[in-house]
Amino acid sequence: MHIKYYGEYGGCFVPEILMPPLIEVERAMEEIMPTADFQNELNDLLTNYAGRATPITFCPTLSKELGFNLWLKREDLVHTGAHKMNNTLGQALLAKRMGKTTLLAETGAGQHGVATAAAAARLGLKCVVFMGAEDVERQIMNVMRMRVFGAEVHAVDSGTRTLKDAINEALRYWIVNIDTTHYCFGTAAGPHPFPELVARFQSVIGREARQQCLDTFGALPDYVVACVGGGSNAIGSFRGFLEDREVKLMGVEAAGTGEPGSFNSAPLNLGSPGVLHGNRTMLLQTVDGQIEPSHSIAAGLDYPGVGPEHAYLRDTGRELVGMVRDANALAAFQRLSRSEGILPAMESSHALAWVFDHAEELPKGGNILVNLSGRGDKDMTIIKKYLGRELGFDALTEEA
Amino acid sequence: MHILEQKIRQAMAEDRYAIIPFLTAGFPDAETFWQAIADMDQHGADIIEVGVPFSDPVADGPVIEAASRQVLADGVSLSGILENFKLRRDFLKASIVLMGYFNPFMQYGWEKLAKDMKDAGISGIIIPDLPFEEAGPYREIMKAQGIALIPLVGPNTSAERMKLYADVSEGYAYVISVLGTTGEREAVAPMVATTLRRAKSVFKLPIAMGFGLSHPEQLDVLPEDAQPDAAVFGSALVKFLAEGKSAAEFMQRWEGEKSRRRHNG
Repeated sequence: MHIKYYGEYGGCFVPEILMPPLIEVERAMEEIMPTADFQNELNDLLTNYAGRATPITFCPTLSKELGFNLWLKREDLVHTGAHKMNNTLGQALLAKRMGKTTLLAETGAGQHGVATAAAAARLGLKCVVFMGAEDVERQIMNVMRMRVFGAEVHAVDSGTRTLKDAINEALRYWIVNIDTTHYCFGTAAGPHPFPELVARFQSVIGREARQQCLDTFGALPDYVVACVGGGSNAIGSFRGFLEDREVKLMGVEAAGTGEPGSFNSAPLNLGSPGVLHGNRTMLLQTVDGQIEPSHSIAAGLDYPGVGPEHAYLRDTGRELVGMVRDANALAAFQRLSRSEGILPAMESSHALAWVFDHAEELPKGGNILVNLSGRGDKDMTIIKKYLGRELGFDALTEEA
Repeated sequence: MHILEQKIRQAMAEDRYAIIPFLTAGFPDAETFWQAIADMDQHGADIIEVGVPFSDPVADGPVIEAASRQVLADGVSLSGILENFKLRRDFLKASIVLMGYFNPFMQYGWEKLAKDMKDAGISGIIIPDLPFEEAGPYREIMKAQGIALIPLVGPNTSAERMKLYADVSEGYAYVISVLGTTGEREAVAPMVATTLRRAKSVFKLPIAMGFGLSHPEQLDVLPEDAQPDAAVFGSALVKFLAEGKSAAEFMQRWEGEKSRRRHNG
């Protein structure tokens, strides 16, 4: 195995019994992925099934208010509602060609679970999804969608009952079922080769966006802004611009409620190096190396670790990092919805909120590209909880 | 020869399985834990594996995960474990091995860990999330203090991969009997004989088998050329203690004649 590191981050810290299947995935990446046959089939699925390429959309109202041109890369328009499908179609196709019959996934917000379930259905594979019990409650619509697609969904009740524990359970399931099962890892983290595998499938975002910027406004953007949980939508966007040193890359993490001593989901900002889920990366942890619970209003950002390439890009200064609180993300959610008629996912709302909150520091008349990683339809239970009264939801429910 | 290998070879010379109980540090409470260590030491344990708790133990099943969570809530820490073994080092016959995940060891600091383990009289370390490819530097740091990094191999570990471990390891080789997490199982999996034969042909070190063992009769079904040299049991013991029973009572299952090797001809 040729383990990929990103500076001091990355690696493959897993039990020996997971090494043979990871070596198998690595081999498939080297031998199957580059073939014209694989690429053609994937491109066909991305174009004709998932709806790529996604456009970049100009925001006229907000641009006027903010004093610069705000562009959105519309991953919310990808089939099933988020960028996750770019990765799951790629991995499902790979799994099928590796002779696997089951796709296994962990999921936080449920978007990766839905995207895996859809890809599995499309390609005739079985699908097993692990999801934290707390996330099941706050993203129940996505659980229903997974089941409609025929997936088996397991609620994970151990630990913090969120994404971290769903990954633990998925790894345990994989250990028992490695002969038949491919672990369709959802973000650009985890043990080698997943950070690289997922980043490659997601890099279609940045590749398209770069060309679209040149075609649409004849320049590269001043900033590319994306939310970072595990960080797959962000790394997918950033990879298109890594060599363009003049383009600033901004990764936005979730600060949680922002109350002193409260939990957050911002290891790049507030964490320290450690090893979790197979890779060395930045983590929220105690001095004894126990993993701290994370918190974010956005289930898809609620994770105490982050992809290793982000940790590396932050250390080298290529990636800038910021943080946004729950309340500011909620405000951004409303502002984009009302100003532009686009309903952003609570995760993507963090990236938008950073732009809104830092508008004064951003170049007047410049071009700011936000990766709108997903749509907010799934977040209505959260919206009802926090904004339901303000929006008159309560009356609606009573009538029904 | 490393002390851990000596311990198992001693049992082999007596024509019995070496006995290696595992217990999560501080479980079910500090007093019972240290009593259990003393009991196991007196009732035939050759080596005792002590679990260092971690918040995210992916290689463990529900019994050990729950024990791990409980002792973390009770404030059990790696530094506390090391200090307490240092106090007792002269009173234990059995050799001590720490078993825990990479991150708590990393945060403690590898050089300091190796030195403090040596001071505490601890002979070996097992790190389930440290495969061969990542292990090199840590094995060297441990070796410099006389501590063996015990390799873990399983049913899907090829002879080629076993050889990688065999060429650099000391102490004993730990064979995981099933593709799965830790936990008691009724029967020994059918493929285990194949795995054990492969391990025995590759490793010159003694072979310990674990993951699923609760009583010695489980080993009797194995053909003689596929018998391990040592038996590790963890979840069964943890469960036994959780029910309020004593380690001394549990050890009686394995004591004396009961751990004698059966010659199946």
